[in-house]
Amino acid sequence: MEDFAEQLREHIPRLRRYARALTGKAVRADDLVQDCLERALSRSDQWRPGSDLRAWLFTIMHNLHVNTIRRDRNGPQFTQLADDDNHVATYSVDGQLQLRDLERAMQGLAEEQRTVLLLVAVEELSYEQVSAVLDIPVGTVMSRLHRARERLRGLMAGKKGPKLRVIS
Amino acid sequence: MTNELMNDAELHAYVDGQLDKSRVRVVEAYLAVHPEAAERVAEYQQLNTALRKLYEPVLTQPLPARFRGGGMKKTTRLAWAASVALSVFVGSLAGWQMHGGMLAKSPAGPAPVALVQQAAFAHAVYTPEVRHAVEVSGADEAHLVTWLSKRMNGKLRAPHLQKAGFELVGGRLLPADGRMAAQFMYQNASGVRLTLYVRRDATNETTAFRYVQQDKLSMFYWIDGSFGYALSGEIEKDTLSQLATLVHEQLERG
Repeated sequence: MEDFAEQLREHIPRLRRYARALTGKAVRADDLVQDCLERALSRSDQWRPGSDLRAWLFTIMHNLHVNTIRRDRNGPQFTQLADDDNHVATYSVDGQLQLRDLERAMQGLAEEQRTVLLLVAVEELSYEQVSAVLDIPVGTVMSRLHRARERLRGLMAGKKGPKLRVIS
Repeated sequence: MTNELMNDAELHAYVDGQLDKSRVRVVEAYLAVHPEAAERVAEYQQLNTALRKLYEPVLTQPLPARFRGGGMKKTTRLAWAASVALSVFVGSLAGWQMHGGMLAKSPAGPAPVALVQQAAFAHAVYTPEVRHAVEVSGADEAHLVTWLSKRMNGKLRAPHLQKAGFELVGGRLLPADGRMAAQFMYQNASGVRLTLYVRRDATNETTAFRYVQQDKLSMFYWIDGSFGYALSGEIEKDTLSQLATLVHEQLERG
């Protein structure tokens, strides 16, 4: 059990990154990570040692996130006012505008497209892993990935000024 | 390369480094003669880089308190606080290391128990908060103290602990058995947080410092006239003792 908790601990930074990207909110993201860790601990017997722990954790997180969205839709809506912590990155001066735009564009994507794009592009999961995490066929992964990328290209191209460019 | 959809899937796989090795050359040859597709692939690649860069800072941020130490145990801090609250409620102090045995002998009976329980709970609830740890910031100390004094109907002070390396984060008002309580929060340079919990005490007695501890959380508490105080933190007993003395001295003077 301690070993398992120790293994989980290693994944916290990446779970936080994914949760933040998924929810766009720092506090909410950490709530999601905490829920995910608690559930993982309570169901540690369901994890097969040797299999990909990270993919398993992403699966749990995805299901929790979907449930939260469903609950939020049915329940009362709370909006956090004056939340100045939406932005994840500390930006370089030159890169600032583009990355902020990108983050906004990401939050503007359909949930199902954002999820696939994040798992592929940021978390670098294989298409098969994404298919397993989200419980959808690989073909659906590919079509969502395509739509997400095309939509972002469209959104970014719609901005004035130079095209999206990463300044390191 | 006649099937448009296949084509897209292969371009994405190429961008993500997931394309079958035998197909990489084929795609590259295709891109060499299809500038529009090549531009699209370049944009997908830039998008990947930009997304990683966008979310990368979260990876290197220090973990919030709730994911350090106790936060990863099956009983989270909050669950732990709830279990303490429950055990105190049913009159069992199992798990708590009582020093001096004064709690049991105290004529005040349940009052210090409630003080300990509520202070521990408030500590567990609010110290992991990153953005909503306090209601009024320590930068607004005068307002904080005036407000809390007014609501608690007595003169409060926010002790200064800079000497010991702890800055006032701020404070908040809390309900406590139909009365009011206040919590002041402090933090040192390494992010360790202390809380000073203050509540009205009906017994009007004055006690010595008493010490309780569970897991990593240490607490000194005492009653001074009409107020009960509890200073809590995940720090060594000796250090906490010095801090409690510092707090007590300043309250005396006040």
